[in-house]
Amino acid sequence: MAGMKELSGLVSELEEQLVICTRCGMCQAVCPLYNQTGKEADVARGKLALLDGLMENMFTDAKGVESRLNRCLLCGSCAANCPSGVSALEIFAKARAILAEYRGLSFAEKFIFRRLLANPSVFDQLCQWFERFQAIFTRTEKNFQDTSCARLVSPLTGGRHLKRLAPIPFHKMASPGMESAGKNTGPSVLFFTGCVIDKVFPHIALDAINVMAYHNFRVTVPRGQSCCGIPASASGDRKTFTTLVNHNLDIFLHHDFDYIVTACATCTSTIKKLWPRLYHQPNPSTKKRLADVSEKILDISQLLDSVVEEQGGAASKSETSDCVTYHDPCHLFKSLGVAAEPRHLIKASGKHLIEMQDSDQCCGMGGSFNLKHYDLSSDIGTCKAENIIATGCETIATSCPACMIQISDMLAKQNKSVYVKHPVELYAESLKKNGAISGYRI
Amino acid sequence: MISKTIRDELKTIVGNENLMTDHEDMVTYSYDAAVLDAAKPEAVVIPHTSEAVGKIVKLCSENRLPVTVRGAGTNLSGGTIPVNAGIVLLTTRLNAVLEINEQDMYAVVQPGVVTAKLAAAVEKKGLFYPPDPGSQAVSTLGGNVAENAGGLRGLKYGVTSDYVMGMSFFDAFGEQVNTGSRTVKCATGYNFTGLITGSEGTLGIVDELVLKLIPLPRARKSMMAVFNTMEQASQAVAGIIAGRIVPATLEILDNFTIRAVEAYSSAGLPVDAAALLLIEVDGHPAEVEEDADRVEHVCRKMGAGSIKMAESDQERDKVWAARRSALSALAKLRPTLVLEDATVPRSKIPDMVKALEEITEKYKLQIGTFGHAGDGNLHPTILTDKRDKKEWARVEKAIEEIFDKALRLGGTLSGEHGTGLAKAPFFEKEVGRSSVLFSKRLKKALDPHGILNPGKITM
Repeated sequence: MAGMKELSGLVSELEEQLVICTRCGMCQAVCPLYNQTGKEADVARGKLALLDGLMENMFTDAKGVESRLNRCLLCGSCAANCPSGVSALEIFAKARAILAEYRGLSFAEKFIFRRLLANPSVFDQLCQWFERFQAIFTRTEKNFQDTSCARLVSPLTGGRHLKRLAPIPFHKMASPGMESAGKNTGPSVLFFTGCVIDKVFPHIALDAINVMAYHNFRVTVPRGQSCCGIPASASGDRKTFTTLVNHNLDIFLHHDFDYIVTACATCTSTIKKLWPRLYHQPNPSTKKRLADVSEKILDISQLLDSVVEEQGGAASKSETSDCVTYHDPCHLFKSLGVAAEPRHLIKASGKHLIEMQDSDQCCGMGGSFNLKHYDLSSDIGTCKAENIIATGCETIATSCPACMIQISDMLAKQNKSVYVKHPVELYAESLKKNGAISGYRI
Repeated sequence: MISKTIRDELKTIVGNENLMTDHEDMVTYSYDAAVLDAAKPEAVVIPHTSEAVGKIVKLCSENRLPVTVRGAGTNLSGGTIPVNAGIVLLTTRLNAVLEINEQDMYAVVQPGVVTAKLAAAVEKKGLFYPPDPGSQAVSTLGGNVAENAGGLRGLKYGVTSDYVMGMSFFDAFGEQVNTGSRTVKCATGYNFTGLITGSEGTLGIVDELVLKLIPLPRARKSMMAVFNTMEQASQAVAGIIAGRIVPATLEILDNFTIRAVEAYSSAGLPVDAAALLLIEVDGHPAEVEEDADRVEHVCRKMGAGSIKMAESDQERDKVWAARRSALSALAKLRPTLVLEDATVPRSKIPDMVKALEEITEKYKLQIGTFGHAGDGNLHPTILTDKRDKKEWARVEKAIEEIFDKALRLGGTLSGEHGTGLAKAPFFEKEVGRSSVLFSKRLKKALDPHGILNPGKITM
C-alpha cells in the first residue's frame, strides 16, 4: 500500500472542486441519509471535509474515510440543491476511484466487475443459469408487486422481497416493433437496454420499442450492449468503467442515429453526465464521441413528449384503478431535471395522475447502497412507500427499474395492493387496449 | 483523548450507536459555516431524550469536560467549533414538535426541530412563526435561540428573542432549570429566558422551548424599486422609516450582487441598476394597499427609476427567490466567502453604504452588499480565496474597518450571527471593559469550571 502522503497528492486533483464548498450546511435539508441518521459524515458537507482531511494528510489510514464516503446513495440531492454549485456527485465518484486504486480492489469486486460486468457474454450466461435455479431458493409471493422471497432465511437476501430474473432476457427476444421499424420514416433511435431492464423487466424494453415504432421512429437495438458502467464507477473501478464505456461506444459507432434512448433513468444520467466527466483522459476522438452521445441521449419520455397527447379527463378521481402516482427517480429529476415528460406520458395513457408527498425524495435504493446498508435503505424506502400508499392510487409509476425493485420490496413488506410500473408500460397498455399496437406474451 | 471510563459512561447514557469517537467523525464536527480554523472534539454524543442531556452535562461537569452544543452547524460566528475539545452534544435527534397550542398561540418544541419545519407546521393552522434566518431550511430552533438569529422580517416582526416565551435548560451542573411561562406576561423571578437566549450555549443547554406564535397576516404585497445610485436607494430606506411605514421586509441589493444573482438565476433583474430595494408590506388588505401606495410614493420621490409590483403569487415568489439566492450567487464567484453582519441604526444606512464602497476600493476587494436595509443590518459579503495569503491579510483589515465604522455610527458588530469566536476579540470594543467584566463574572458564577462552550463570547 502506498503512503498516505501519496494519497494526499492524488486527492489534490480534486482541490479546485473541493474548495467551492463553503460549509454552509444546506445539503442537510435534502440528504435522505442524513434525514435518517442526523450524522455529519453521512451528508455531503461532512464527506467533503473528510476529503479535505485526506488532502491535508490528517489520517493515518484511508479506511475510515472510505467507509464513510461509501455510505452514500449517490442520489445527487446535495449537488442539485447546493447554493455554491459543488459537483458533489462527480467529486464522490472520482474520490471513490482514487481510494479504490490506492488500496486495490477486493477479490469480490475484482471478480464481479472485471470478470463479469466487463464481459457481457459471461455476465449474460451467468444470469441465465441463475434464473434457472432461482425457483429452488425462492418462492413467489403472488402479490401485486410479483416479488419472491427466500425459502430459507439467508443473510444474502435479508428478508428482501425480490424481483425475479426474467426467463428470457430482452437481448434474446424478438420484438414486433423492431421488424416494423424498417418501414418507418421518423428519426432513427438506438435503444440502450441497460442490465436491469434486460434481465428483470424485459417487457419494459418491448413496450418501449413497440411504442417508438408505433410513433414512426426507426428503432435499432444494437447487439452486444454491455452495462453502462455505473456499478463499477460507484465502487471506484475506473478501469472497468472505461472498458464498458469503450465497449458501448464501439457498438454505437456502427450505427447512424439521431437519438439514443433508454427506459432507465440511471443509464441515461450515467451516459449523459458521468461518461464525459469521469472518463480518464480521453483522446480527442473519444472525447468527441462522448460529447456526441451525451448530447443525443434521451429518456424514453423525453423522446415521446412531442408525439403523445394527454387524454384529459379520461379517468375520474374516484376510480382508483385509473389513478397513478409518480416517483421522480433521482437520476432523472435531480441529475437531468426531467420531471414533466414522464408525467405527460402517464396522462397520455388516460390515467389520472395524483401527486404523492415528496415525489422527488430518494427511494433509498442507491444501487450497492441497498446491498451494503439494507436497514438504512429500508428506512428511507419505507417513507417512500408510506407516501405512495397515502395517495390511494392503485399504481405507482417510476422511470427507473432500480427504483421499481426497491419500491416493490417496500410495498411487498407492507403487504399493499399497489402495482409498480414504468410510465411507458402504462402508455403501451393504453395503445394495446385500443388495438394500436399488438400485445405479446413472454 | 477522553478516558475509557468517561467513554463507557457516555455509552451507557446514549447507547453505543449514539456515541462517536473515531478520528474521522471528529473531523466532521470540527467546523461550522464560519470561515475559521477547525478544532476537533474528543467525542460526539447524540442524546434522544432530555434526561440523557442532563446526564451528559452532569458527567461533563464532574469531569471538567468542555461541552459544545451543535444543531445543524450553520453558525456564522464559529459558536459550534469545539476550540477546547471535549464533547460535542448534537441536538439533531431531539427534534419533536411537542405541542402547537392554537388557543394560546404558542408552540413547545425540542431544540433540534428545524426552523422551516415549525414554520410550515404552524402555517397550516393559520399561525405564524416569523423569524426566518437564511439557513431556515436546515437550522435548528435551539441554534436560533442560542444565537438570537434574525432574518428578513426583523424590521416589523423582530428577531428570535421576541418569540421565546420560556424554556427548560440544564445548567453547568446538570440541574434542570425552568424559566418563563406559557402566559403572555410573566414577571416572576429573574428573566433567565432573556439571559439564555443569545448566550450561545455558554450558560446553559436548552432541552425544551416555548415559542410565541402570532396570527398569519391576511394579505401581503411585494414590489421591486430600481435606483441609479446606492445613495438614492438608502435614502429611500430612511424615507420609508421616517414616513412611519413598517414594511415586513425591506431589502437592498447592490449592483455587484444584482449581477451575480442574475447570472446565477436569470430572474430578470435589471443588471444596469446600481441598487434594488425589495419591499413587502403585509397585514389587513386595506392597510396593505395603502402602505404599498405610500412606499411607492417615497421611492419615486427619492428617485426610483421604476417600481414593479408583484401581481401574482408566482411573481412574488420570484422576487423573494432572487433575494434568497443572493448569498448562493455570490458564493459561486470565489472559493471563500466571508459574510459579515455589522448593523447600524437604520437612519445610518446611507453612511454605512458609503463606507462599504470606500473600504471595497481601499483594500481592492470584491464585496457584494445586500441585506436587511430596513433594520440596519447589511451583509457586506467579501469574496476571496483564503489560500491567497496576501489578499486574506487585506480581507482581515477590511473586516476590522467595517466593524470600526459600524461602531462609530452607533451600531453593533453583529446583528444576527452572534459573537462566537469570530467577534469575541472585538467584543470589548463595542461594549466596553466593564461590560466584558460583568459578562465574565456572570459566566464564572454560573459555570465556575468553564465547561459550557468555552472560548466563546468572553473568550
